Amino acid sequence: MTTLGTLALWVAFLIGIWGALVGFIGSARGRIDLQRSSRNAVFTMCGALLTAAFSLEWALFHHDFNVEYVAAYTSRNLPIFYTWSALYAGQKGSLLFWATVLATFGSLAQVLTARRHAVYLPWVAAVVCTVTTFFVTVMLFAANPFSRLPYTPLDGSGLNPQLQNPGMVFHPPMLYLGYISMTIPFAFAIAALASKKLDSDWLVAIRKWTLVSWLFLSIGLVLGMWWAYVELGWGGYWAWDPVENAALLPWLTMTAFLHSVMIQEKRGMLKKWNLALVIGSWLLSIMGTFITRSGVISSVHSFTESPVGYYFAFFLIASAIASFTLYTRRLPLLTAEAKLESMVSREATFLFNNLLLVGIAFSVLWGTLFPILSEAVQGTKVTVGPPFFNQVNIPLGLGLLALTGIGPLIAWRRASVPNLRRQFAVPVTAGVFTGLALLVSGMRDFYALMAISIGGFVLATVAQEFARGTRARHRQYHESYVVALGRLLGRNRRRYGGYIVHTGIVVLFVAFAGMAFKTETEATLKPGQSASIRSPFGWTYTFTHLGISQYDQLNRQVTAATIEIRRDGKRLGLLTTEKRQHVDALGRPTFQPSTEVGIHSDLREDLYVVLGGVVNGTEQAVFRFTINPLVWWVWYGGMIVALGGLIVMWPGGGSPAVKRAQAGYAVRLVAEG
Amino acid sequence: MNAGAKFAIGALLIVGSVGYLMASGIKQTGQYFLTPSELSRKVAVDPSFYDVGMKVGAHVVRGTVSKDVATQTLSFTISDGTASYPVTFHGLPPDTFNDSVEVVVEGRLKQDGVIHATNVLAKCGSRYEAVPKA
Repeated sequence: MTTLGTLALWVAFLIGIWGALVGFIGSARGRIDLQRSSRNAVFTMCGALLTAAFSLEWALFHHDFNVEYVAAYTSRNLPIFYTWSALYAGQKGSLLFWATVLATFGSLAQVLTARRHAVYLPWVAAVVCTVTTFFVTVMLFAANPFSRLPYTPLDGSGLNPQLQNPGMVFHPPMLYLGYISMTIPFAFAIAALASKKLDSDWLVAIRKWTLVSWLFLSIGLVLGMWWAYVELGWGGYWAWDPVENAALLPWLTMTAFLHSVMIQEKRGMLKKWNLALVIGSWLLSIMGTFITRSGVISSVHSFTESPVGYYFAFFLIASAIASFTLYTRRLPLLTAEAKLESMVSREATFLFNNLLLVGIAFSVLWGTLFPILSEAVQGTKVTVGPPFFNQVNIPLGLGLLALTGIGPLIAWRRASVPNLRRQFAVPVTAGVFTGLALLVSGMRDFYALMAISIGGFVLATVAQEFARGTRARHRQYHESYVVALGRLLGRNRRRYGGYIVHTGIVVLFVAFAGMAFKTETEATLKPGQSASIRSPFGWTYTFTHLGISQYDQLNRQVTAATIEIRRDGKRLGLLTTEKRQHVDALGRPTFQPSTEVGIHSDLREDLYVVLGGVVNGTEQAVFRFTINPLVWWVWYGGMIVALGGLIVMWPGGGSPAVKRAQAGYAVRLVAEG
Repeated sequence: MNAGAKFAIGALLIVGSVGYLMASGIKQTGQYFLTPSELSRKVAVDPSFYDVGMKVGAHVVRGTVSKDVATQTLSFTISDGTASYPVTFHGLPPDTFNDSVEVVVEGRLKQDGVIHATNVLAKCGSRYEAVPKA
């Protein structure tokens, strides 16, 4: 099967080069035959790469340990669930996964794009072929997943225990899907620039694709946080690790784009900015891959240092030069159709929102690359860590959160003073009262106070918008309030789905603020002894070490400590935390022992217990007890964001004429509101 | 003043505060990232490098790790081949820590010549591959 896989890669490689060449030439010269050939090349590549991916899965499932990749990432006793996910557990496999998904997305774009946007498709095919071919090239010349060993080991090395977690089965593919699907809006942007068809049409064509990648990336980020939280055992979900930052960067610029695109649609402004954001987001996604693969920046996630990094560096620089050259040459065609009329307008708040998002992205990028930059400039590596990112991004993030509430309340073009008073009275009151209530209840952390008060303000704006829209429908169409609310959401998915996303973001910020009150203690306990910790909500938790048990389970030997937890003396239940020693099929230990965290969650706080180790031969054990407030709200917030995103993207919603009429209705509501 | 100019002022304010936050953030939280030989060279010419928060990246010298579970003390020696430093650390080391990994030690070099670590990060050659059997 690996012969088939390698063969499929070569087919994809040759077809890809052909597709890219005829795609660019055919599009530039208007040769329909070449364009069609390029389109077919995308489909062929997709088929070839699916075959290659299938061959690798075949080798994985059949334990063909003569294949280096199979031997490196799986073993006979690896649960089948993780054997499947070994496809993207390692560098080579994830390159194959990437290329395969890209070719699939490329084919979908060819098939699903509406006929009126068809003029862009030949260029899109050419770009998709180019990018996919790059990935295939890296595989064939630097990281072939099908390369064989000179001998056949009896068993493979197995998968790293930290990847043997359900989160790992879903988190990487989601992130990858987000990264990869960004190539499609990028391809459309290049298509629009190359074909000089720069009216607002291309925007419509790529908006949905951008939403798709934004949604996948959002889900991937939250799942990654969840995995880090339950698996890594350091007690948090975000560490500003370079790899996390690499995924956050394109998310920030795409979020900026999804907002500024509305200004271009409504007012014909910001064309240059929007194109730059699309190209920039894509370059950031490639840079993210470069960072994770090259080992230039040390990160807990980085793969082995390998020549793959150089390929990515070259590709990154080459595509940056090529796209921005094209961009600069088209600048004269990208003039704005309107001017900013007032500082107090929707446009202005969106512009500030964009500046903040890009500012945050820039500071995250700078902090991530700072070790390299400082070494290049001063000769000494200087690193910045979480304190830097928090210090810079908390104030900026709070500003952004406030704009989340302010933006939707301000009319397009120019807002009048009575209009402002009417819009802001209730939400501002809600925000102030939230802050006062927290102060009275004893909260003194400035940033947490600000975050939750601003959160209250934003939630009130969202509630006000929903209430007004529902009431307007109720009056105008005599619908019951429930029906009116349903139709309001169903017929203005973009707007009200967006508000739901905002609600999710508020929930996330409140949850992040909760982490300011994290408390922890470490203790060495004999069975029967206990440790106490006071929670930020004023309770006292008592953890009693009941004893150690040891047993074998699946592919591991488990040492588990059982802890009884009490809140103010009342028993809440038991919790176990484990050390796992993974073994191979012959029972020999593989990998370092890994820690399994014990977590007891409720809506207010998580009790997070880590077994640090057992004193040799006794049941005396070292524990770290942490109380993490509001963690569940991170997962809930993530779900709300995803739900809102889905509502925004959901297809349908009537004919273009109906949509236009409704857009007008929405605008009128704002103007009246 | 027209809207464009007012907007420019607002934009400058945002760009300025991003710049200010970044500059002050780096000044207050930046840490040197050194190898043991760089550290020994720096300390030799400038004694003020003692007791400064920094990160040192090196590999653990095989056979130097001693762990006392009950007091949660970990001590080991790190080296880059030319220079080496003893390290002590209180707390739970990461799962991946053993006596053959690369580590990043975060802490201060005290006058006693020992790095008192506040954090130890273990970095496998590749985190996601099995440690080669020695």
